[in-house]
Amino acid sequence: MTGHLPSLVPVLPEIILAVGAMVLLLLGVFQGDKSYTQVTNLSVALLAVAAFVMFGEVGSSRQITFGGMFITDAFALFAKTLVLIGSGVALLMSGRYMRDHNINKFEYPILVLLSTVGMMIMISASNLMSLYVGLELQSLSLYVLAAMNRDRIRSTEAGLKYFVLGALSSGMLLYGISLIYGFSGTTDFATLAATLKGMHEPAMGVTVGMVFLMAGLSFKVSAVPFHMWTPDVYEGSPTPVTAFFAAAPKVAALALFVRAMFSAFHGMTAEWQQVVIFISIASMLVGAFIALVQTNIKRLMAYSSIGHVGFALVGLAAGTEAGIQALLVYIAIYLTMTLGAFGAILTMRRSEGMVEDISDLSGLSQTNLPMAIGIATLMFSLAGIPLLAGFFGKWYVFKAAVDAGLVPLAVIGLVTSVVSCYYYLRIIKIMFFDEPAPAFEGGQGRTVGLVVGVAAVLNSPVSFLLISPLVAAAAWAAGSLIL
Amino acid sequence: MTFFQNNLLSAMMLVPLIGIFFIMFIRHENKDREKTNIRWVALLSTLATFAMSIALWAGFDNSNPGFQFVENYAWIGDTIRYSVGVDGISILFVVLTAFLMPIVILSSWESVQTRVKEYMIAFLLLETLMIGVFTALDIFLFYVFFEGGLIPMYLIIGVWGGVNRIYASFKFFLYTLLGSVLMLVAVLFMYFKAGTTDIPTLMNFHFDPGVQNLLWLAFFASFAVKMPMWPVHTWLPDAHVQAPTGGSVILAGVLLKMGGYGFLRFSLPMLPDASVHFAWLVFALSIIAVIYTSLVALVQEDIKKLIAYSSVAHMGFVTIGIFVFGANGIEGAIFTMLSHGIVASALFLCVGVIYDRLHTREIKRYGGLAVNMKVYAVVFVLFSMASVGLPGTSGFIGEFLVLNGAFSYNSWVAFGAATGVILGAAYMLYLVRRLIFGELDKDDVKAMPDLSVREKLIFAPLIAVVLWMGIYPNSFLDPLHASVDKLVSTHFANLDHATKVKVAPAAAEPEHTEHEAR
Repeated sequence: MTGHLPSLVPVLPEIILAVGAMVLLLLGVFQGDKSYTQVTNLSVALLAVAAFVMFGEVGSSRQITFGGMFITDAFALFAKTLVLIGSGVALLMSGRYMRDHNINKFEYPILVLLSTVGMMIMISASNLMSLYVGLELQSLSLYVLAAMNRDRIRSTEAGLKYFVLGALSSGMLLYGISLIYGFSGTTDFATLAATLKGMHEPAMGVTVGMVFLMAGLSFKVSAVPFHMWTPDVYEGSPTPVTAFFAAAPKVAALALFVRAMFSAFHGMTAEWQQVVIFISIASMLVGAFIALVQTNIKRLMAYSSIGHVGFALVGLAAGTEAGIQALLVYIAIYLTMTLGAFGAILTMRRSEGMVEDISDLSGLSQTNLPMAIGIATLMFSLAGIPLLAGFFGKWYVFKAAVDAGLVPLAVIGLVTSVVSCYYYLRIIKIMFFDEPAPAFEGGQGRTVGLVVGVAAVLNSPVSFLLISPLVAAAAWAAGSLIL
Repeated sequence: MTFFQNNLLSAMMLVPLIGIFFIMFIRHENKDREKTNIRWVALLSTLATFAMSIALWAGFDNSNPGFQFVENYAWIGDTIRYSVGVDGISILFVVLTAFLMPIVILSSWESVQTRVKEYMIAFLLLETLMIGVFTALDIFLFYVFFEGGLIPMYLIIGVWGGVNRIYASFKFFLYTLLGSVLMLVAVLFMYFKAGTTDIPTLMNFHFDPGVQNLLWLAFFASFAVKMPMWPVHTWLPDAHVQAPTGGSVILAGVLLKMGGYGFLRFSLPMLPDASVHFAWLVFALSIIAVIYTSLVALVQEDIKKLIAYSSVAHMGFVTIGIFVFGANGIEGAIFTMLSHGIVASALFLCVGVIYDRLHTREIKRYGGLAVNMKVYAVVFVLFSMASVGLPGTSGFIGEFLVLNGAFSYNSWVAFGAATGVILGAAYMLYLVRRLIFGELDKDDVKAMPDLSVREKLIFAPLIAVVLWMGIYPNSFLDPLHASVDKLVSTHFANLDHATKVKVAPAAAEPEHTEHEAR
């Protein structure tokens, strides 16, 4: 390394977010908890500025800095856009809930900002070290966020559980990294790829290390068999935090997964493909079958998210450029569905407080028809019924799988999607066919209603008009990853 | 005018959506007034669609076997396009759909009083999707419409259905979906192999015979459920019994035709070798269906269930007709589907009429309707006869053509199918005896008034069409000839050599084999 400063332009959005978070922290410390609203609004503004700078200054050209630790390209731009949207929307939806539960602490938006920085580093990581640093920055913020509601035992339990299991997965990840480094002599993705290409057969140690690395990453994307934390954390955390968990970190971890597999282990596709196929099938099955018996809507969404990660991983399992494109289309659509669904959960409020049972939605179509139609649209979309956006995601991932010759994977995936359809239909049945329960209280704020509305419209047949540019953008992003 | 003609099919799909848009914004303090307005908007938009379907039929060139009124626009990426058009096989299904919709709206005028707005929105959306299924020329577009129709139908059964509606709606949705996802895999595979989703191109693409068999089975899984064929028919009686009258009419009238249409559009032209290979399976299942479901219909206590089982039997005829691979059989199959679309719809409407009065579908509760509901009795007997296949009604032509086609293919298949005609007469006449004739001994049945003006208005066009189809079937057969001939000739042209030897005696004349694809 030479003495002069590396180019900072590619990292500009991350720097803005990190420095901004520090400034907001100072602001918060001086003003105390009453600054919650102010800090939240400023955080959202900061995310917008970061997005603006990212599009204006960094762009989609391929730039590498920090001695190969950090890379920006079209893929990073695509994934980071999704992450910024996910974080921003989750912050915007939080206000009323946090105030009601007396957890409107200014630390909340700042922790969200810091974890967003972590996610963006993850997406841009091109070295096992920056991968680990980004992942830990994100995870540590998330552990605290899960336990945000300190006075509630479920929330602290969720935080603790997440932390202990997360630490275990980080340990596995680090162990894998050290094995890879030990057997290949490098942590840089590009060098690693070149080294692997040079070997006739990958060294056993590298393979074992890679499997440990994948185990750690599977934990972060909550893929089976490392999914156990998901339902408890989703249920225990404050709902806006759950909404945040379900959206942005999933995108970031999947993007990291894809980049690690494609740029570092491209020469070992045959090895990692089997593992991805296994976790993908297992996730789809668990997501479909265990969700059938859930009564709490947040737990249901947790299993649903496990299933959806399984579907997204089908794209990765294909191991082709079309597969990455499909995965990107899938997570972009999933982001809108999940944010909309959690927005809907945030409106489930009665005089006694928030309710979380699916049966509380009974007869919603008679007490609040627009909301019922919105939720129904999102549920049909999550189920992947044609006419709605969710189907496009399924179409592309399974098309990638069929093109790669993985027809049995496509058949299993689609059959599990029929099983999972049952519980989405059950929610619709409860809203439309059952006798009404007492109406929900309004006043969750205009933002939440707006988020649900926008998400429902995006997933409705309006998506016919939007899908073409999305597919083109995903193709362009996927193309930048394959050299 | 040319613009209108060039975009006629899209316009037909758009008009119901415009109707939905207006209905969403109808608000009035007086709830009755609001409901009336909603009904009128729905009726007018379906009538407008029907008028356009007549224009479509009038502008249709009977001698052209290819696709007409084609619209083709880029949609997603390079290959998936918004492409619609009709040929002789599909045009009459489009007309049938547009014809039945105003009748459905009228039939629900008084019987649906709760959530009228949602009801009409669901039906109008369904109309758009059904027209889309029959006109889509892109396999992706077809799948979207084919599956999308589940959503409104699920809500129609679940919200406005009978006591056991939730079970029926779930069964309907999941059964159909499970069949269709296998088709989705096949569609993806065909897209991968042929590199296109364009249906006319795929029709001329030759798939490897070994692959064809698997693809055929995947398509079969979807269409057999939709059809429905024995033994995957069990969702149909449940769905029919629980659905509101309008839902039953659309289910019997149009949705059941999608399976047969799918066989004609996909299985036969795209997978000819596999179709020949599996014809025995189709015949076996169809003959079982014809005989078994007819026998089951004989012992039903519930009118709607009886008609539902008779639908399964009629669909058995359709599949036999399709898989004898002859022009007569296929035309007979299409004609049977059209006829059944009218007759079964009319029978469900008949059930709706007496259900509105007595709120039961149990056959035992009625009897002697010929005494106090004379007009109704005439209508009901007429449609029963059409269902049985009495000469002079639409049912006869279809059955005759199918049996004719089956006989020239294999006399045992024709024998099996003909059994169904006899059994069909048995259960329908038995139903008529119990319902219409017999003693008028129940006080509440005595008090039932005859058909109202609105109900007569609903049945009049149906009666006219049934007789028209029975007396001068050529109006309906003429559009079919060119496309069916092309289907039959290309079907055999595409056959693999080995399979060709097997079916050589029945093969069409070689001068028909040139491809007239556009």
